[in-house]
Amino acid sequence: MKPAPFDYHAPTSLDEAVALMSTLDNAKVIAGGQSLVAMMNFRYAMPDHLIDLGNIAGLSGLHFEAQTLRIGAMTRQRELEFSVPLANKVPLLKAALAHVGHRQTRNRGTLGGSLAHADPAAELPTACLALDAEIEIAGANGTRIVPMREFSAGFMTTALGYDEILLAVHLRPWANGHGYSFQEYARRHGDFAVAGAAVLLDANNDGVIERAAVALCGVTDRPVRRDEAEAVLVGRQLDDGAIARAASLAGDVEATADIHADATYRRHLARVLTTRALHEASSRMRTKKREIA
Amino acid sequence: MGSKNFGARVTRFEDVALVSGQGQYVDDIRIAGTLHAAFLRSPHGHARIKSIDTSAAQRCKGVHAVLTAADLPERMRKQRMPLLLPNATMATLRTQHSLAVDEVCYVGQALAIVVADSRYLAEDTLAAIEVDYEVLGAVSDVRAALADGAPRAHADLDSNVVSQFVMNYGDVDAAFASAPHVFREELWQHRGGGMAMETRGVLAQANVTTDSLTLWSSTQTPHIARRMLAEVLDVDLESIRIIAPDVGGGFGPKAIFYPEDAVVAHAARALGRPVKFIEDRREHFLCATQERDQYWNVEIAVDDDGNILGVRGDMLHDTGAFVPWGIIMPYIAGATMPGPYVVPAYHLACTVAFTNKVATTPVRGAGRPQAVFAMERLMDRVAHELKLDPADLRRRNYIRPEQMPYSVGLIFRDGKPLIYDSGDYPRGHDAALKLAGYADFPARQAAAKADGRFIGIGVASYVEGTGLGPFEGVTVRILPDGRVRVTSGATSQGQGTRTTLAQIVADRVGCRIEDVVVTIGDTAGIANGVGAFASRLAVNAGSSASIAGDHVRASILKMASRALGLPESEIDLEDGKAIGRGGNRPTVSFGELSRAAQGMPGFSMDADHPVGLEHTAYFTPAQASYCSGTHVVEVEVDVGTGAIKILNYSVAHDCGNVINPLIVDGQVQGGVAHGIGNALLEWMQYDENAQPLTTTFADYLLPMATDVPICAIAHVETPSPLNPIGVKGAGEGGTIPAAAAIIAAAENALSSFGVRFTETPLMPDRIVQALQRAGAYGEHVA
Amino acid sequence: MTTAHSISVNINGKTYSRDVEARMTLADFLRHEIGLTGTHLGCEHGVCGACTVLIDGRSARSCLTFAVQMNGRSLTTVEGLSVAGGLNPLQQAFQEHHGLQCGFCTSGILMSLTELLSDNPDPTEHDVREILTGHLCRCTGYAGPVRAALATAEQLKSIK
Repeated sequence: MKPAPFDYHAPTSLDEAVALMSTLDNAKVIAGGQSLVAMMNFRYAMPDHLIDLGNIAGLSGLHFEAQTLRIGAMTRQRELEFSVPLANKVPLLKAALAHVGHRQTRNRGTLGGSLAHADPAAELPTACLALDAEIEIAGANGTRIVPMREFSAGFMTTALGYDEILLAVHLRPWANGHGYSFQEYARRHGDFAVAGAAVLLDANNDGVIERAAVALCGVTDRPVRRDEAEAVLVGRQLDDGAIARAASLAGDVEATADIHADATYRRHLARVLTTRALHEASSRMRTKKREIA
Repeated sequence: MGSKNFGARVTRFEDVALVSGQGQYVDDIRIAGTLHAAFLRSPHGHARIKSIDTSAAQRCKGVHAVLTAADLPERMRKQRMPLLLPNATMATLRTQHSLAVDEVCYVGQALAIVVADSRYLAEDTLAAIEVDYEVLGAVSDVRAALADGAPRAHADLDSNVVSQFVMNYGDVDAAFASAPHVFREELWQHRGGGMAMETRGVLAQANVTTDSLTLWSSTQTPHIARRMLAEVLDVDLESIRIIAPDVGGGFGPKAIFYPEDAVVAHAARALGRPVKFIEDRREHFLCATQERDQYWNVEIAVDDDGNILGVRGDMLHDTGAFVPWGIIMPYIAGATMPGPYVVPAYHLACTVAFTNKVATTPVRGAGRPQAVFAMERLMDRVAHELKLDPADLRRRNYIRPEQMPYSVGLIFRDGKPLIYDSGDYPRGHDAALKLAGYADFPARQAAAKADGRFIGIGVASYVEGTGLGPFEGVTVRILPDGRVRVTSGATSQGQGTRTTLAQIVADRVGCRIEDVVVTIGDTAGIANGVGAFASRLAVNAGSSASIAGDHVRASILKMASRALGLPESEIDLEDGKAIGRGGNRPTVSFGELSRAAQGMPGFSMDADHPVGLEHTAYFTPAQASYCSGTHVVEVEVDVGTGAIKILNYSVAHDCGNVINPLIVDGQVQGGVAHGIGNALLEWMQYDENAQPLTTTFADYLLPMATDVPICAIAHVETPSPLNPIGVKGAGEGGTIPAAAAIIAAAENALSSFGVRFTETPLMPDRIVQALQRAGAYGEHVA
Repeated sequence: MTTAHSISVNINGKTYSRDVEARMTLADFLRHEIGLTGTHLGCEHGVCGACTVLIDGRSARSCLTFAVQMNGRSLTTVEGLSVAGGLNPLQQAFQEHHGLQCGFCTSGILMSLTELLSDNPDPTEHDVREILTGHLCRCTGYAGPVRAALATAEQLKSIK
């Protein structure tokens, strides 16, 4: 399983990388390589050119502003996993990372790579979707921002043009005291999710839910926000009935059938995992708010 | 005479090189000038080859040869692989050609070889070979293979049936006719592949001057491979040497002789350059043999107390597209089903049919896991219906130790009557239950239930024929420097054969274990050999080592007696020296005696003086020796997702005398891991066109460290009377009853829902489906 | 497309300068170009972990990395673990606790455990098993490697 021949380019600036992407035919960007190189070894992917982003300064790192966070696309998953400020501000990402592959995967894999690869079962795109992330993209015509909902465009398809490079992910962390949960069912530890649910909750001092995000991975051809589920959560206190209704709505999606699971089972998992995620998020929220108070 | 090594926890000397990265697996062996091979493989489950055009491929960069069947010598082109194990019931003895001639019968079957400067370049070249296929109907599901009008797996055969045979004894019709209770189960079972971490590989080097051939091969059976290769290439057997270097796991599929090895050997001869073929993982999924589907339709007749009156039914076995090992596995399965129980009457009708998939040959357990699953599911059904405790039910049906040797009434795969030579099934059973805390389980289960958790326990017992013949020889030779060389046709793919043999020989001859040098897996090392499969080496090679060691010991004592002027009874052999007792303890070393056994050039030796201080022994077992054991497994089922977690795993294991508990425990633990894979994870899936769907480690799931707990293991030692060291095989017992025990535990965990499981592997979506049908999911989902 | 790239890479403390084709994987580079065959290939698609090495101290699958990406990097392979020609404590523990059978997956596991013990000198059994999920072993059922890892941690703690 040896890859087909290709030319290797190691640009040291973003402009150089963008220029290469614009001028070379059948060129692919390599970030962590954890998905791409496996596909190249199988010869499922046979780019004529590989453009390595690993030597470009300024493409990685976490940059915290007052209300926002910018994460460079080449930030290794490992760095995210061990970042204390990130764990405090965006705990959903850390929770998602616990399910991402294995240590070796996260040492090399990047946030941008995972988003650009857009595997429907991937955890990081799903967490970013729940967080309403904004994706910064660089191309020959400059940079642009795309909301995650639009960025995720289909089965392993994103809004990236053939000559564009994912630059950074912009997040607006939820308020201190919010609840979060990432519940996933995979056949074994670190496997791709058969189904997963990412949940964020925030409530006022009376426990009335003011904000909710429910996103699923692995269930359809891309990560999905379950707006219907969110709608029945907001504006009321969370109780078992609300959770059950939200979970039921969350699971009411057209689901994928493949060798690992059929559509019925995936929908069932979506309900079960959303339920568990809502319970866990709610419990964390209550605990956190008590701590703050 | 000491036995300080036999039975001791000796750490393996193989490990020093292996943990240092100094192992020598086939791909690590480097010979200057080596070329690299890749094979063009059929993308179709069944097709006629209309034409193959290699002209463009031959012009590709770095290519030295592109060969199809048409380019092979005529005899090699036409000859099919020798069939190792024919059986009179087989309607067809179909094996593969070296390279497909005009028909391909499974996805992955090789049509051409490319030999190039590198594997990279060889793979590039494959795309340039043009093949015109006529796609034919393919058989995928073995049940469909039997249907009227089914596609033929082989276009020229009238039927997909390979064999139909019956295993029976006693009057099963009478037993069922008069039985108060009869229960029937239909079971689907799938095993999957051996999936060693090292794929197959071969490095062939021809010596033109001496017209000889050396192969390094990741094989379990170098001597068998040598015979097969000699026949396929039509060369003198003695001109071939096959060496199994370090081998990264075997588990059965590497015991087969593969056609690619013959093609690589031929290419090496034709090109006059060494040729190396290292199979990649994708090829392994397509072409390494596997075990796969069996459909069992069986019923059990019992009296009101649950005593077995009879077992009968039928079984359908998917043998894939070829039968390189005949019908061994279904045969073993049929003979294993009665197991440790008194079964007065038995009748199993087996049908073996072709499908368009790679051949089915033994994988760890070799048909026994399926037989045990069938029998144990029937026993659990009886327990459920008659409201008996499943462990108690088994206990009352076991063959008792005083009934040994026990004649089951069948002929086993070794060609001999199936007679259990030894064993104490109740003792193993009790030991396993005690380890598992079985008596306290109901309380644990109730406490968990109160917590909203569903846990269950399952029991399964088995009997396993091991130590199969015909032989495995060992030569023990004292070297001039006093070290003891041990050579054998035995091989190792991780089971510690070298250390085990060293332990036995060191005890026999009276030397330090560090002074024993073991060479295995080299056809040049010993004239006759068989290899590793069917848990046979401890018995065969172990016994040969013991016998050869005793002979050498006798020669040492005889020579030492003369050298020291003392009677043999006053001489001790210790640490490589013969030491007289008493007085100033006169000593002569083994090295000195070895040199003396060479005599002096031109001088006569005494008539009975040993020539060379060595002996070769070929122990030939009269029949298989029978291991047994009981597994008790505790699991938790996540009712929401269907996930099963193994909480505790207890094993009672009887492999007779234990040579090295470290190694035996490792075999049990490793065997259990395979069993967990069989039960919960491993499913080699094909679509209706016999296209394999699971061809990566992401799709075909092997157990990980988070899936396999540390087993509690109790050893029961009932020595086999059939060999001089009283041992039995230990390599497969961990796997054989595992799926049965795990599935039983899952069923027990969900007993309040009344769901029953009759398949393995048992996937979480099936559990959820069953729970859904049982109405387990109300409005609020856990 | 067969342009050679010059790379300079430090492996187990020694610097190597080589020209490599872009598509040569790091695993093949180590095994065939440098002759360090202790790193093994079990799947070439990033699951089995047999090819695991340390890149700048961090575990990585060498089958998913190209040699050309390693210019200027510092690698450790299993051959770099031995101490003064002998086995280091982790290697010794593997022998003592039957942490290997066929040995094919062992090199990669040793590298991951080396990283673990460096990051976390007091791992729990769960921590060890979690790291081991980046590896497939078909022989041991993981009991031996787990015991060896925990025993090594104990031993290293008692030395300090």
